[in-house]
Amino acid sequence: MKIGVLALQGDFREHIQAVKTSGHAGLTVRRPEELAEIDALILPGGESTTIALLAETFDLLKPIRERISAGMPVYGSCAGMILLADRILDGADDQATFGGIDMTVRRNAFGRQVDSFESDLIFDQAPLRAVFIRAPWVEEVGKDVQVLAEVKGSDGASHPVAVRQGLLFATSFHPELTGDLRVHRYFFDQVCAGAIK
Amino acid sequence: MSEAVGTARVKRGMAEMLKGGVIMDVVNSEQAKIAQDAGACAVMALERVPADIRAQGGVARMSDPDMIEKIKAAVTIPVMAKARIGHFVEARILESLGVDYIDESEVLTPADYENHIEKWDFKVPFVCGATNLGEALRRINEGAAMIRSKGEAGTGDVSNAMMHMRKIGGEIRRLSSMREDELYVAAKELQAPFALVKEVAETGKLPVVLFTAGGIATPADAALMMQMGADGVFIGSGIFKSGDPATRAAACVKATTFFEDAKVLADVSRGLGDAMVGINVADLPAPHRLAERGW
Repeated sequence: MKIGVLALQGDFREHIQAVKTSGHAGLTVRRPEELAEIDALILPGGESTTIALLAETFDLLKPIRERISAGMPVYGSCAGMILLADRILDGADDQATFGGIDMTVRRNAFGRQVDSFESDLIFDQAPLRAVFIRAPWVEEVGKDVQVLAEVKGSDGASHPVAVRQGLLFATSFHPELTGDLRVHRYFFDQVCAGAIK
Repeated sequence: MSEAVGTARVKRGMAEMLKGGVIMDVVNSEQAKIAQDAGACAVMALERVPADIRAQGGVARMSDPDMIEKIKAAVTIPVMAKARIGHFVEARILESLGVDYIDESEVLTPADYENHIEKWDFKVPFVCGATNLGEALRRINEGAAMIRSKGEAGTGDVSNAMMHMRKIGGEIRRLSSMREDELYVAAKELQAPFALVKEVAETGKLPVVLFTAGGIATPADAALMMQMGADGVFIGSGIFKSGDPATRAAACVKATTFFEDAKVLADVSRGLGDAMVGINVADLPAPHRLAERGW
C-alpha cells in the first residue's frame, strides 16, 4: 500500500519510518498532486492550528475532505485526532478541521506539557505503553463511533483516547514515538485492508 | 497501570511535535495572537526581544509572571519562557507557572558563569543553546530535551547560526566516520560524555531535536537553516522588529514547511515590507556577543 503522511508540520518523519518498517511505501504529502498518489493517509502529531492553517493555505483542506468522503482510510495521532474531529473544544478561534469522525475532541484536555505522561493501556486486547503529550481526549462520540481505548483524566472520569469510525481511526497518544508498531499495524491490517484493492 | 510524568520520552517527544515549525518571540498577548494566527507552532514569552536587550543594555532576567500568564491565556499553542543560565530558581518559578518549555538562554544575563541548571530534576523540559557538538552534548547530559544552535541573537545576521549549524553537523559527520576505538579520544576532545558520543556516532544525529536560532530575519533565512539540517526555527527579533510582522511571520512559517521549493520561497518573499535593520556580527565588540555565553 502507498501510505501518505501529511508533512506540513510535526513528527511526520517518525510516522514515515513506522510505515516503512511495517513494509509499506511511505510518502510525504504537502500538495494536492501528492495526495492523489496515495491509498491511505496519516495525520501526524504537531500543532493542529499550524497544520490546519498550512493545509488551508496550500489548498489541501478541500481535497483531503473529498478523499475522506470518498472512502480513503485515515489515521490521526494527537493533532491528527483533532483534525479528524467533526467538533472541537478549546481550539483557537475558527480552527478548521478535516472532520469525518462524529466526535467532539477537547484540545490539551490532559493539561499542559508539565502534565504530559506515559501510561499503560489496553489496545486491541493487549497492553500498550502510550505517550501523551499535551494530549486531547474525546469528550463525546456519535453512535457510529467505536471506542478502542480509554484513560482516566484529572477529572477522575475515563475518556476515550482511541476511536474508530469506519475507515477513520484516531488516537490521543503517539505510537510513532515508542517504536511499538502495533497501532500502525492495526491501521494497515484492520482499517485499510479490504478498503484498498 | 503505571503512569509517569516528566519522563525523558515525554520531554523529548514534546520537541518532536514542534518540528518543521517556527517558534516566535513575543512580548505581549497581542503579538502572541499574531504569531498563532500566522501559524507559529509555539511562542517564546519574554519582556524584551534580543534586539532591545542589546540596545538597552543592563541585566536581562526572567519575565514577569503576570506577562507570561497573559500570553498563556491568549493562545492555545505551547508557550515557552526564558530563564537565565544557571538560575534554577527562575526555572522553578517558570515550571510552577506551567510554561511548556524553558529556554535556559544566553540572551539573558547568566546567573552562573560555570554551571548550567541541573535539568533532569524538572518536570518541565528545557531547550539550551549550543555553538558546537560538545556544548550540545554537555547540555543533553545535564537534561536538556531539545537543542538550538545559538547564532547571534538580536542581530538579524544569519552568519553565526550558519556557522553553528555547519559546526554541529560537521562534527556529527566526523563521528559517524570514525572507528569505535577512536571515539574515546573524540569524547575527550569534544569534552562530552563517551556514551552520548557513541550514540551520536551510531545514529548520525543528536539524541534530541535540533532547532536553530539567532539572526534569522527572512523566509529565506529560515529555509536556509532547514536545508542545513535544522528540525525547525526560532525567530526572535526578526518578526516583531520588522515593518509588517503578521505577513512576515506567515511567510516564515510557509518557508519552513516548503524549505526546498524555491518557487514557494520566491512567492512568500514578495512584499514583506522592511526587514529588521540588523547589525553585522563582525561589528559587535566581543563582550557583546551572546553566543559566547554558556560553557
